[in-house]
Amino acid sequence: MSTVAVAAPERPRAGAGVAVLRVRDAVRSFGQVQALRGASLDLLSGERLALLGPNGAGKTTLLRAITGRVRLDGGTIEMFGRAIPAEERRRVLGIVPQDLAVYPLLTARENLEVFGRLHGVAPSRLASRVAWALRWTGLGERAKEPVGRFSGGMKRRLNIACGVLHEPKIVLLDEPTVGVDPQSRERIYEMLEELRVDGASLLLTTHQLEEAEHRCDRIAILDHGRMVATGTLAELIERTVGGDRQVVLKLNRAPSPPLDGFERLEGGRVLSARVRDVGRELPGLLERVRASGVEIEDLEVRRHGLHDVFIHLTGKELRE
Amino acid sequence: MIGTLLRISQLSLSRDRVALAMVFALPILFFSIFASVFGRQSMSGMSKVQVFVADEDRSDMSRYLIEALKADPGLRVRDSVHTLPGDARSPLIPLARPRAEMLVRAGDVPIALVIPRGWGATFPNLSGGGIKVEVLSDPSDPVARHMVIGMLQRAAATVLRGGSGASGGIGDTADGDPNAGNLVATVVTAVVGDKREGGKMISFYAAGIAVMFILFSCAAGGGSLLDEQDSGTLERVLNTNVGMSGLLAGKWLHLTILGTVQITVMFLWGSLVFGLDLMSHLPGFFVMTAATAAAAASFGLVLATMSRTRQQLMGFANIIILTMSALGGSMFPRFLMSPTMQKIGLVTFNAWALDGYIKVFWREAPLTALVPQLAVLAGLTVLFLAAARSMARRWESV
Repeated sequence: MSTVAVAAPERPRAGAGVAVLRVRDAVRSFGQVQALRGASLDLLSGERLALLGPNGAGKTTLLRAITGRVRLDGGTIEMFGRAIPAEERRRVLGIVPQDLAVYPLLTARENLEVFGRLHGVAPSRLASRVAWALRWTGLGERAKEPVGRFSGGMKRRLNIACGVLHEPKIVLLDEPTVGVDPQSRERIYEMLEELRVDGASLLLTTHQLEEAEHRCDRIAILDHGRMVATGTLAELIERTVGGDRQVVLKLNRAPSPPLDGFERLEGGRVLSARVRDVGRELPGLLERVRASGVEIEDLEVRRHGLHDVFIHLTGKELRE
Repeated sequence: MIGTLLRISQLSLSRDRVALAMVFALPILFFSIFASVFGRQSMSGMSKVQVFVADEDRSDMSRYLIEALKADPGLRVRDSVHTLPGDARSPLIPLARPRAEMLVRAGDVPIALVIPRGWGATFPNLSGGGIKVEVLSDPSDPVARHMVIGMLQRAAATVLRGGSGASGGIGDTADGDPNAGNLVATVVTAVVGDKREGGKMISFYAAGIAVMFILFSCAAGGGSLLDEQDSGTLERVLNTNVGMSGLLAGKWLHLTILGTVQITVMFLWGSLVFGLDLMSHLPGFFVMTAATAAAAASFGLVLATMSRTRQQLMGFANIIILTMSALGGSMFPRFLMSPTMQKIGLVTFNAWALDGYIKVFWREAPLTALVPQLAVLAGLTVLFLAAARSMARRWESV
């Protein structure tokens, strides 16, 4: 067993911390199904906020409510401190759907031109915005090819570009990296980071917990139509599963008599214990085991991650 | 293994209502329509043929002939008209040739007979000579022409035999003379349409097929809404300021232009290959084509918005368009159907479009004569667009 110790990466904190998007107590039912039951959310200026939740938790309904495509039964949605009408909302928002919503028979350039016009990009700016998008997505050399011939990753990048040509201040991305290879995923997150640096605030849904953990500033977890937790990863871990590390020891044989303070696994050949301070507590722990006359074959120190938080908050039950 | 595959196919079919309808309901529907168009007509006997008679001879013999024609149960004969067309209170006057020709040209009757001055003095003449009765014919109804000429001979026989019915065509025949052996010599004048033999039905079929296929094209084109729904571009477009009304307007305009080009290509082909006289009917053609394409485009949008999937759309389209085309005369001319079926056909889009084209290409009608057809097609366009807009609400904010 190899030793893995995952350290929390340094992430840039959100800029001014002012909420550019604020959802309060959003309620929406479809017949007997309550899709949203009082969900609240703040997207801060310049941050990347991951919206997580099991299937059917209400993520898509919440995003569609923000875009104005779903009317709320109750609650409020404000952008930049005020409720803004639908027409203005569409100028402020950039929407990147999970579907590859591009026209396959049109070329990349034509798709960008079409969606640029539909999003109200001024004719005088359209050419420069399309040129920017082709550079940004790395599709400049394939600009004249029908999109139907593109790889999944290329279509994904174009899909994102079509939603941000009008330079929105808030970008909503629904599963922006689903179904793409690691290289494309890396490129997409570089693109999103460029958007953020240019002043956009990003709200993205994903089932890729690792991406949320490493690529986003804060995480919001929605379940059964309610926001069950919001914060940085460290905050979520502290509030849910706690900051303890789990120490797992693999032994040559089970100690006899059994050692107190350990959870016994695999017939006692594997022991598990929780420690708050690894540096201070681990040496004593190892000494106690060795003193019992057994040999330690392997050691693993596990840090709780978003997966543990997610399962802790939403359970293991299938959502279908 | 084959049994398992059979079970998959059977289960899939049994759970696909549209496919089931296509397999079982559509053939029955079409059988019923064609049985109604043709079967009942033969069972109940031919309907009466309307004939106008202009008696320029005013002799005793011509009066006897007209009386004999009126007594024929297969004909509905009139030899007088109101002085003011359409005003039933105006006095009746004997029908003259110009008015008779006008009535045939307008499509009010398929046949008019003109008994020329001096005809009575030459009747009968079994050698095929004598003054000929002129048969003013609408070539769109060739059956009526042959029937009326036959009945004319029967009426002449009735006159000669003092009222006892006799079959026509008595006497000797002479090869090469169509009037040889006839009691009444006739000459047929086609007062409307392409007078060339064989070219008469070209414009009808060009219009009939074009209208049917433009409906299919528009249904398939309207289906792009469903494709966009599936691909997500519909959602994306609706998140812009275009909105559903703008989206439908754009689709409608595209389909209207596409339909106009499609019909134009069809008629150009007819003109180049089959000698259809398009160039001398251009104004009427373009007016009818634009109106037809506009209505077909909105019809395609209605079908698309009422469908949930493309498969469902094509199922609806096949059933509705083929039914409309059968009833409305795209497959078989309405003027050859029974009067009842002709009236039923008027509920279809095809009938109004084809009536307009027939007016343009056969009756040489002025543009003003197209007002009823254009009004109906324009009304249908508005109605269909309103219906499509209403049904498209399901894609808007929910």
